[in-house]
Amino acid sequence: MTRFAALLLSSALSLPAMASDLRATGDLGVIVERATGSVLIVDQSEHAAIGRIEGLGDLSHASLVFSPDERFAYLFGRDGGLTKIDILAQTVVNRVIQGGNSIGGAISDDGRLVAVANYEPGGVKIFDADTLELVADIPAEGKALGLEDAPGRRFVFSVWDTNETRIVDMSGPEPEVTVLPEIGTNPYDALITDDGRTYIAGLFGEDGLSAIDLWEEPPVARRILPGYGRGQVEMPVYKMPHLEGWAKAGEQIVLPAVHHAEVLWVDSRTLEETGRTATHGQPVFAMARPGGRQVWVNFAHPKNDTIQVIDSMSHEITGELKPGPAVLHMEFTSRGTEAWVSVRDDNKVVIYDTTTLQQIGEIAAESPSGIFFTARAHRLGL
Amino acid sequence: MPDPRALFILMCLGAVQISAAAAEGIAPDHAARLERLVTQDCGSCHGLTRKGGLGSPLTTEALDGVDRETLAMITRDGLPGTAMPPWRPLMTEAEAYWISDYLLKDTTQ
Repeated sequence: MTRFAALLLSSALSLPAMASDLRATGDLGVIVERATGSVLIVDQSEHAAIGRIEGLGDLSHASLVFSPDERFAYLFGRDGGLTKIDILAQTVVNRVIQGGNSIGGAISDDGRLVAVANYEPGGVKIFDADTLELVADIPAEGKALGLEDAPGRRFVFSVWDTNETRIVDMSGPEPEVTVLPEIGTNPYDALITDDGRTYIAGLFGEDGLSAIDLWEEPPVARRILPGYGRGQVEMPVYKMPHLEGWAKAGEQIVLPAVHHAEVLWVDSRTLEETGRTATHGQPVFAMARPGGRQVWVNFAHPKNDTIQVIDSMSHEITGELKPGPAVLHMEFTSRGTEAWVSVRDDNKVVIYDTTTLQQIGEIAAESPSGIFFTARAHRLGL
Repeated sequence: MPDPRALFILMCLGAVQISAAAAEGIAPDHAARLERLVTQDCGSCHGLTRKGGLGSPLTTEALDGVDRETLAMITRDGLPGTAMPPWRPLMTEAEAYWISDYLLKDTTQ
């Protein structure tokens, strides 16, 4: 290289990038293409996919979390793969196979640690978010699930086989684990409210849920909604409901029932029931639109072609959508103006205006499942 | 009057033979739908590659020694005490047998 060229190059490097070359990540998102082991990077404003990253393994039930700067996504694959993706450069930064069979993960409140819940071998592994090096291994005697981040550099998870919840405090030099035994039979998933206070585990093996007030010292697990399905015939569950931090709708928490075609409403302070809504089928996700005015619900196979919209004040169904076969997931834009819906068996993501309930966009995607927008980076429990 | 036990066994054998035939007669487009169901919907719990999840692994190694009748029965009636639901309300016997055969055949390679 000539000195002149070198000079040109070095001066080019010191120049700020042109504004037109820059892209912010605030309206980006990642969509899991579960059957092809790939993800789409999407632009919310453009209603368009802007890239695809492949070679990510078995992505059935895959989920992801974002780094605090909304640049990196940590993808948790079924096959134990933990992949760090640069969503701006659209590249895989790092990938480790950290377990045999995994079911989701969480990022610590300070963004420094990424935790993964594993079925096989059971337990939670915690990694450095920068390097993906193992920081802590918390083995369990069963399938770990319902892993959530909690304030104070903590993680909370439950164990299907042993009916316990564990709180892992990572704020000190060594992990400190608190075990809450006998929270209820077969916890299947959990959520933490957006204030980081209440951890609620759904129970597959009994009628009711379990709630832990993390502000209490020491925290205690209490049954809530005991016997909510009493006297009703139990329906077969063709897809497990999911609990997520989207559940807070105003002063209430909305929860999918299991074995029953209902969503359940509880007061977020007293955790007493405030109502029920009979739904189209066994609910999978019950997600409050940001602000909490409505809740959108999708359903288990074979009634999974439908979404119902429920008014959170009256608990009445105010809208119904038929996006197509196998609606797997919904994601709201950060202020709730749009809802993006994955329609697995039509290979598309449909975009709705949440006020008019009219379709306003569509993106092609291979067997799409989870949709994740970067605003999750700034929310607890997502 | 034949021995009722022998009659019962004969009836069972007959049922097995009928069942054996039951998976036949699934047309290719029907089979494609069932294959998709196995991969996508069974895959929710058993994994897309059938290595298991909340549900047991359903790889050919994991199913080694399990016969098609047992598999079809579990598929249709579920496994009480576990998360495996009965698919009977959504599935004919012929479909359950097709799925059994599909799982027992090494299709993941």
